[in-house]
Amino acid sequence: MTLFTELRPLSRLSDGDEDGRAGDEAPLRARAAPATASTARPVPTAVISAITVLVILGLWSLASAHALVSPVFLPSPRQVLVAAYGLVVTGFVDATLAEHVGASLYRIFGALIASILIGIPAGLAIATSRVGRGILDPIVEFLRPLPPLAYLPLVIIWVGIGEASKITVIALAMLPSIILSTSAGVRSVSKDHVNAARSLGATPRQVLGQVVLPSAVPSILTGIRIALGAGWTTLVAAELVAATSGIGFMIQSAAQFLVTDIVIAGIVVIALIAIVFEYVARLIERRLVPWASHR
Amino acid sequence: MSILSFRDVSLRYPQRPGLRSAAGDNLVLDSINLQVSSHELVAIIGRSGSGKTSLLNLAAGFILPTSGTIAVDGEPIRGPGADRAVVFQDDALYPWLDARDNVGFPLKLKGVPRAERHERARQLLELVGLGEAGDRHIWELSGGMRQRVGIARALAAEPRFLLLDEPLGALDALTRSRMQEFLLRIQSRSGAGAVLITHSIDEALILASRVLVLSPNPGRLTAEIEAGFSSEILAGTPIERIKASPLFKRLHDGLTSLIHSLPNEEAAA
Repeated sequence: MTLFTELRPLSRLSDGDEDGRAGDEAPLRARAAPATASTARPVPTAVISAITVLVILGLWSLASAHALVSPVFLPSPRQVLVAAYGLVVTGFVDATLAEHVGASLYRIFGALIASILIGIPAGLAIATSRVGRGILDPIVEFLRPLPPLAYLPLVIIWVGIGEASKITVIALAMLPSIILSTSAGVRSVSKDHVNAARSLGATPRQVLGQVVLPSAVPSILTGIRIALGAGWTTLVAAELVAATSGIGFMIQSAAQFLVTDIVIAGIVVIALIAIVFEYVARLIERRLVPWASHR
Repeated sequence: MSILSFRDVSLRYPQRPGLRSAAGDNLVLDSINLQVSSHELVAIIGRSGSGKTSLLNLAAGFILPTSGTIAVDGEPIRGPGADRAVVFQDDALYPWLDARDNVGFPLKLKGVPRAERHERARQLLELVGLGEAGDRHIWELSGGMRQRVGIARALAAEPRFLLLDEPLGALDALTRSRMQEFLLRIQSRSGAGAVLITHSIDEALILASRVLVLSPNPGRLTAEIEAGFSSEILAGTPIERIKASPLFKRLHDGLTSLIHSLPNEEAAA
């Protein structure tokens, strides 16, 4: 539901519009049929979304209750809940849900920190230096379209089968969006902003630190959000090989034993974590760069 | 007492390879000679495309002349510097800083400690009539208020010259006339010299001690008028009464017909 926060002001705006029109027509309608002149408020988008979720859950329950599909392939929502509870309390493949999630988050955040530390300076170099662009552009353009599964085996050959290879693969998937969003943000800095600083006595280094970087922050934050999305996508692939914990690993093992309820529970957990991430990222954005929407 | 001087300054945009144009076509400014001293406000008027903004960018040091010298007190300028602070048409304030930190920005660049910076910013905001607005976000301020913050920021650099690039151009007519008087008082109190770029003949006559006319294609300074209404305004005469005076009308009409008689870039193109 949190995903729809951005849409709400829009729908509220159109609410007001409808109200205005309804108000204008009310006297006319009131004379013809007073009973039907009640103000019919449009249903909020969030309610429509909630109904959608409930309908899907209902169809799912019906399908499993009438055994339309074998319970091996489609366990009931109840079964999934029970499996999820079991995951939390006793765990699956030698680790509880918290441990699986913890292992995955460790990889995601390790990769995020690494890709920020490399990506922001690289993006700066691409945007501010001709030489930097010459060196880094082909590398980024090579990396960007590659599916992580394609270079996973190579990374394992080079880095080994431990945590390092998993973090490396996820970081490689995150890197292009952070580099590109940083360089786009730096390049979008207003010429007047730069000139103002120069005419107020700023050195080139001060222009970079006090003007260029701050104005690139909104774009960098967007890049980090996109990178997190890419990270989740890559996580399951990274946990394909030689993992002993992790939410992706858990889903894979469950699938191999055809424990479908655990598979579904795992998928829902990933989705929920991703939604929470997105929400937190937006909160951070609103706190850190409230001015971004006022440029 | 400082002097900003242009000596035989010409500006030519670099010839683009493969685009052979007639000689002189890319000449933007031709042999500009100009002296501005502190305490005086010189206005430069001209149509769009006459090179007004290029002239200001040269004074600011954003671009360097093709030939000739621009100097402050005999010292040729080599780039932008805090002795020539620019006020931009689109305020160019930093939205990630509040009003106080925008004004304190030049002091931060100099490494002035935070407490002192805030105190100085508070004084300057008070000077521009925004004493209460220090904590406000830039986007919460109206166009006129923003422009005042921009002027306070320029003053914080303690410049010898203020370079005003149509600072009131984006304001509505009412705010604009209020800001004209305000700008005049601030400039005279600060003791800095000022160069004002504008396309409004009214504004030039009201604010400037001298009005220079820039004719286009290539830009040349073709006329100079000693206006001197500004001292009357500073002495308390309302702007409206000055605008109604016969002398003002005569100068205004004279400048209008002069500018209209100049070659028109749009017509030539």
